[in-house]
Amino acid sequence: MTRINVRVDGVTYTDEVEPRTLLVHYLREQLGKTGTVVGCDTSNCGACTVHLDGRSVKSCNVLALQADGHEVTTIEGLATDGRLHPMQQAFHECHALQCGYCTPGMIMQAIDVLNENPKPSEQEIREGLEGNLCRCTGYHNIVKAVQQVAGTGEGERA
Amino acid sequence: MIPVQFDYAAPTTLQEALGVLAEAGEDAKVIAGGQSLLPILRMRLNAPEKVVDLGRIEELRGITDEGSHLVIGAMTTYADVLASSAVRDHAALLVEAVKTVADPQIRHRGTVGGALVHADPAGDVGAPALALGAEFVITGPGGERTVPADEFFRDLFETAVGEGELLTRIRVPKHTGWGAHYEKFVRVAHQWSIVAVGATVRVDGGSIAEARVGLTNMGSTPLRATAVEQALVGRPATEEAVREACAAAAEGTDPPSDLNGSADYRRHLATVLTRRAVLAAAGA
Repeated sequence: MTRINVRVDGVTYTDEVEPRTLLVHYLREQLGKTGTVVGCDTSNCGACTVHLDGRSVKSCNVLALQADGHEVTTIEGLATDGRLHPMQQAFHECHALQCGYCTPGMIMQAIDVLNENPKPSEQEIREGLEGNLCRCTGYHNIVKAVQQVAGTGEGERA
Repeated sequence: MIPVQFDYAAPTTLQEALGVLAEAGEDAKVIAGGQSLLPILRMRLNAPEKVVDLGRIEELRGITDEGSHLVIGAMTTYADVLASSAVRDHAALLVEAVKTVADPQIRHRGTVGGALVHADPAGDVGAPALALGAEFVITGPGGERTVPADEFFRDLFETAVGEGELLTRIRVPKHTGWGAHYEKFVRVAHQWSIVAVGATVRVDGGSIAEARVGLTNMGSTPLRATAVEQALVGRPATEEAVREACAAAAEGTDPPSDLNGSADYRRHLATVLTRRAVLAAAGA
């Protein structure tokens, strides 16, 4: 076991982990943050996307030890004072989910896309989300939700 | 899926890392960004006793301008390359190829050096590094040595980096003002090259003055299409002239046959993709 110090969703944790522990398993099983899900377990689907020092990563493809000394934000850390993050709100309003399984990762990546490029074109949004698979194939409303937050395209609030 | 148990070391200096590797011997595996290694460990295709993480060694990260060359630290991420105006200005082919690697999350973690040493023939940085004539600086217990690109890739997943050694930086000769394009043929959800071609050309007065062409997944290592490079010199950057020169793109290659395509299909793809890459690089 190895000791790590990680700041997750604004709280600092000190824990003992096995070196082989993946970040997603640490978040879910040791911290109880089950909002971040395991989808494909092969680094393709992006359902487990979180932010590590502000950049999106697939948490099934990072060791918990690699996050030692760093800051992680999960889907559970987005809302403030009981108010949804604008991207969560937009997913809600645009019905940007069907089964909802890809949603936590999709929202975390959508936020990263806008952090990189606040006014992306539809094509840039789709390319920015290329590492996130929606098994319901409901991409249309997901793109609309991102456009709503960016204030671009059809999804923009009237 | 979780990996087999292993010990972990996270040295903070290159010297410390070399010491850990020397002590652990052949049972150690180096992790850079981990975007290729962690899936391998999870699927238990490899089970090293010790994993040595280079992620805390600052000196291995970053891009510097050394006049005639750009020097890219082995732990520089794909995202760092894409954010670098120096790479865009002086080694545009690398930027074009890195843009196509996997997806943004993977590009935030994955490193140029890690990908080169992993040496997956379908990886996207090998062919551009080869085409640009990069030099690979390898550091071991006995000091540093520099290996030219055409001696770096040895075979499937095998490079000139030996046991106890680390790739520390890549020296890329500047190709300032050269046009570049990376033409990649993939299944969309995967981004794993069935075949890809990187071309960078210097156009002078409407004609191709110099050309470099690298092939991805046309053999057990990245390959250079030297016959095409030679045939392109002096030709006008037109569809017809380039098409003729690119007919030899598959010469000397030994592409795999798999679910994505037969070797013959890949040879055909190589000629088509080479033509497209060269024309795009030439701005035609």
